[in-house]
Amino acid sequence: MDSLVTHKAPADTRVVVAMSGGVDSSVTAALLAEQGYDVVGVTLQLYDHGAAVSRKGACCAGQDIADAGRVAETIGIPHYVLNYESRFREDVIDVFADAYVRGETPIPCVLCNQTVKFRDLMQVARDLGADALATGHYIRRVETAEGTELHRAADETKDQSYFLFATTGAQLDYLRFPLGELTKDATRQLASRFDLPVAAKPDSQDICFVPQGRYADVVLKIRPDAAESGDIVDLDGNVLGQHEGIIHYTIGQRRGLHLDKAEDALYVIRIDPEAKQVIVGHREALATTTVKLSNVNWLGGAVAESDVIDCEVKVRSMRPPVAASLRLLKDGYASVELAAAEHGVAPGQACVFYDGERVLGGGWIQREKSTTEAA
Amino acid sequence: MTSRSYLDFNATAPTRPEVIDAVAEAMREGGNASSVHADGRAARARVEKARQHVADLVGAEAAGVIFTGSGTEANNQALRSDKIERIIVSVIEHESVLQARADAVICPVTPEGLVDLDALSQLLGESDASTMVSIMLANNETGIIQPVAEAARLSHDAGALFHCDAVQAAGKIPVDMKALGVDSLALSAHKIGGPQGVGALICSDPSTMPRFVHGGGQESGLRAGTENVPGIVGYGVAAESALAGLEYFGALAALRDDLEERVLAIEPTAQIFGKELDRLPNTSKFATKGLTSDVQVMGLDLDGASISAGSACSAGRVETPYVLAAMGVPDELGLCAVRISLGWTTTAKDIDGFIAGWQKLHDRKLARN
Repeated sequence: MDSLVTHKAPADTRVVVAMSGGVDSSVTAALLAEQGYDVVGVTLQLYDHGAAVSRKGACCAGQDIADAGRVAETIGIPHYVLNYESRFREDVIDVFADAYVRGETPIPCVLCNQTVKFRDLMQVARDLGADALATGHYIRRVETAEGTELHRAADETKDQSYFLFATTGAQLDYLRFPLGELTKDATRQLASRFDLPVAAKPDSQDICFVPQGRYADVVLKIRPDAAESGDIVDLDGNVLGQHEGIIHYTIGQRRGLHLDKAEDALYVIRIDPEAKQVIVGHREALATTTVKLSNVNWLGGAVAESDVIDCEVKVRSMRPPVAASLRLLKDGYASVELAAAEHGVAPGQACVFYDGERVLGGGWIQREKSTTEAA
Repeated sequence: MTSRSYLDFNATAPTRPEVIDAVAEAMREGGNASSVHADGRAARARVEKARQHVADLVGAEAAGVIFTGSGTEANNQALRSDKIERIIVSVIEHESVLQARADAVICPVTPEGLVDLDALSQLLGESDASTMVSIMLANNETGIIQPVAEAARLSHDAGALFHCDAVQAAGKIPVDMKALGVDSLALSAHKIGGPQGVGALICSDPSTMPRFVHGGGQESGLRAGTENVPGIVGYGVAAESALAGLEYFGALAALRDDLEERVLAIEPTAQIFGKELDRLPNTSKFATKGLTSDVQVMGLDLDGASISAGSACSAGRVETPYVLAAMGVPDELGLCAVRISLGWTTTAKDIDGFIAGWQKLHDRKLARN
């Protein structure tokens, strides 16, 4: 592995490592410490872990903070806990809840990276005189003559580029991802070799502040009004049944509609927050070829506004990339034409652009514009 | 790394070497202080000698000293009496007082950080219920010395009992329980170089104190459980040393003032709390807008200086520390406050170490803004 910071010896290079208490960030810290860097571990306390206290395999809960401390102790680095509960609530949890209320399907992990991690923690790292902030994300950072590029992880199954599309160029210059070239197995082996107390800990799942995946409970706790019932209607507006709040639904969802007839053949096609309607239909109606994006983060270098950029895009974290053409518009908007229709493009999710291994950026999927409506 | 600068005496003081020796000796000697035999009697003698030293530290009678497991326990024991219907505590008390009873009536402080005696008088007059007032002698965060003698007089005039948390004051400034006119005092060993896990509740009349830990008849029946003989012995030695060292401790104010002057020279907008008031000679609490407490504590730690953002007991919060909030300090300043607390091991070199580290943080953050 090359030195983290050009022209600086490891011993003179201070690196803050964002330690969640999980295996990945623990190995990150241990690797850098072994290489002789001046490593400072920081764990963010992001929410009242009382609610999620029995959670196994989610990041940042009370046990995880303690685990991070034990890891730091094992590898012999200083470790601090920063209480970011109030800003996490404001910048991530509230925004997450509001998105569901608007009928969207949010990705809080991106918000967390954008705010508490790459804005606030990064500022603390700079204030502490650190040369870099390292995380345990599976993603690669490639320095070229033209600048720093973001690339997908070597381990395709662990690639976290979808959740890091909003990383700006300036942030990328300061960030380091030592696990980007490793497979998860290799990371686990390192954890054993370093004898880390978290070597056998299960991987984190889902969303850290949502216990047992019951996201609707979290939304309702924050926005109690969001449980307003409404109609489930078909594409022609015929009422098929009732729902107990649009927050319980996401585009493409098939289960839990509780309709009397033809239940298994119907999917959520759209959510209309104003009318409090969940619109259902057959799978064909989910097909989307035009995706409108906002708040686009572009990492692909100079392009003209009229340029049509051929690339691949992911519209959900678990989907493989598909061919698309992209046009960047004014004010952070963009328009994406998919070469083949995707089913289940949900507002609030991200559309992330790739050129092979390289991440070109991404944006947030806006409401409306299914195939039927597209111009 | 060169030697560290330990500047967090208000959190805990380094154990005095003579204390370590005495504790080790007591552990070697053994004996249960309640036993009839010679070994027990020897342990008893060591406990009683310590009791006298602790009493001497605050001008009290040895018979009034109840050894406890901590200052927190002493505060709890005094305040959680069934005979007391109402307690009034100042808003800047330690958590062990604030949380001793859920129904405590809170007395405000002035913007300077002194208990508001007018407000206390008013609160005292509001009810005929049997009342105990609890006000600390010196605040743990700002070091500001509270008008305890006057508050005790007001309380007694109103028929109330008066308890005083002197955990931060005892051993740092002269404390005379009789002159203060308080009914009880809470103390802690580790703040003055004794072992952690030992405290004392000192009563002018132990017969009025409630039994707190139930079981055997130790500590006049008021605190059951085999005495922590080594801890108590260590406490006695620490109290003796602290009393002998009061003058030296008082002179730490010069080092503290030097530190504050140098901070102000680097950053003239830094705000020092309680600078014009009677303060503990070892304590400095100041805030520098734009330089958060977290960053100062971490940055100085990495540079070899131990300081704190506030009370060690309330660390890890993101609100303005409640003591500063009670003084009306806004968040933009309150979130940027740190506490430096010196002690008998502190030298000018420690101050130099702090200033060098602080200057770096300051220049990194504020010089470029």
